[in-house]
Amino acid sequence: MNGFWQPSCSLDALSARAELLRTLREFFVAREVLEVQTATLASHTVTDINIESLRVQDNSFLQTSPEYQLKRLLAAGAPSIYQLGPVFRAGEAGRLHNPEFTLLEWYRLGFDDVMLMAEVAELVDLVLGPQPVRLLPYRELVGTLTGDRDVLDLACADALARLGPGRFFVTEYPAQQAALARLNSANPEVAARFELVIDGVEIANGYHELGDAAELRRRFQDDCAERVSTGHFCPELDERFLAAMEAGLPDCAGVALGVDRLLMLKMGASSLAEVMPFPVGVA
Amino acid sequence: MASYSTNEFRPGLKVLLEGDPCSILENEFVKPGKGQAFNRVKFRNLKTGRVWERTIKSGLRIEAADVLELDMEYLYTDGEFWHFMKTDGSFEQIAAAEATVVDVKNWLKEQEVFQVTLWNDTPISVTPPNFVELEVAETDPGLKGDTAQGATKPATLSTGVTVKVPLFINIGDILRIDTRKGEYVSRA
Repeated sequence: MNGFWQPSCSLDALSARAELLRTLREFFVAREVLEVQTATLASHTVTDINIESLRVQDNSFLQTSPEYQLKRLLAAGAPSIYQLGPVFRAGEAGRLHNPEFTLLEWYRLGFDDVMLMAEVAELVDLVLGPQPVRLLPYRELVGTLTGDRDVLDLACADALARLGPGRFFVTEYPAQQAALARLNSANPEVAARFELVIDGVEIANGYHELGDAAELRRRFQDDCAERVSTGHFCPELDERFLAAMEAGLPDCAGVALGVDRLLMLKMGASSLAEVMPFPVGVA
Repeated sequence: MASYSTNEFRPGLKVLLEGDPCSILENEFVKPGKGQAFNRVKFRNLKTGRVWERTIKSGLRIEAADVLELDMEYLYTDGEFWHFMKTDGSFEQIAAAEATVVDVKNWLKEQEVFQVTLWNDTPISVTPPNFVELEVAETDPGLKGDTAQGATKPATLSTGVTVKVPLFINIGDILRIDTRKGEYVSRA
């Protein structure tokens, strides 16, 4: 039995993590994608109804993803960029969840969701070894695009759990679940959003990014209305982000990938605690 | 009545699910990045022993079940009820119906201590110790010196159950039996 001060992962996991971080950085160096570091603690946060931020005393928030700030950089003229670092989500703890985790998020100018999926697959091939990724439209996975959000989420998670081993891109999410993706121009019932699922574990979530400031504001206001009606805290809208979108987001696609989960798969581990030195409860 | 939220679920917790008392075996928190959180929970139904898997929205509360697991000594049966006594010195007795003991009848030896599960003070299951010692009531005569590997014969024990035993076993021998497999282990 380990002492209460000891790390939860093996020393081998530390080396594997260091190697993975190096591999990821080399991947982007080779593609001339610029590494940036934005603020982990910021004055605003997401309104997404299913993501809770950790609020700190002076009314700022530990960021749940660097998305808004990275898009502000793109609006300011930055080239394709990535950030590799910690993000925080309140109340998420379990075998595959930890309130603090390492996120790799990147944006590619001039890419759409299909081009970005190809790049995500290349990155995963590099880390885990090559294997084909099957495209799986949401409607095929869940059986429907419409219905109560709770019911759909449960059905989707159960379907993913039954998928078994293999790599899948779940695509064509219902428009209601577009988040910050644009809608498919040929079929506005579905969003230009994808998720990478490997061996039943959600690894990455990407969009052909929506840059329409008015539409984004409308989606945020819908989130807030739902938060208020269900008795949840609703943060103020991030006006700096919306102003940046007003100024113009270049055509781009972006994706966020859970690095700890990828490491878990690489090591053949079955829980994040096996690949993080100090997960919640030990940290 | 007390209740538990999904984030209080842990193995061994006793709750009421669809009217039946259950023990939680596993509780996994699942949350899609852009979806709502839920828990995938495995329960053991304490009445039937069956394992139930359910997906429950995170934050929901489930009623607690008033379940007690007690060590109790088996006393006797009157044909209708099987009587057990507490081992805490209180000499308090409870009576279990046949349905509760049907799976363990083969191992019910007087003065042996069993684990009795009580729900609202009523016994709902009885678990035998992993090993019990029972006397051979009937078997073919023992073959002295027979050491043939793996050769067995049937023997009926004092509780009425029949197990396979080595050829050298005689009537009146006390045998150690593994109750989980229903198998002979050794002479006691």
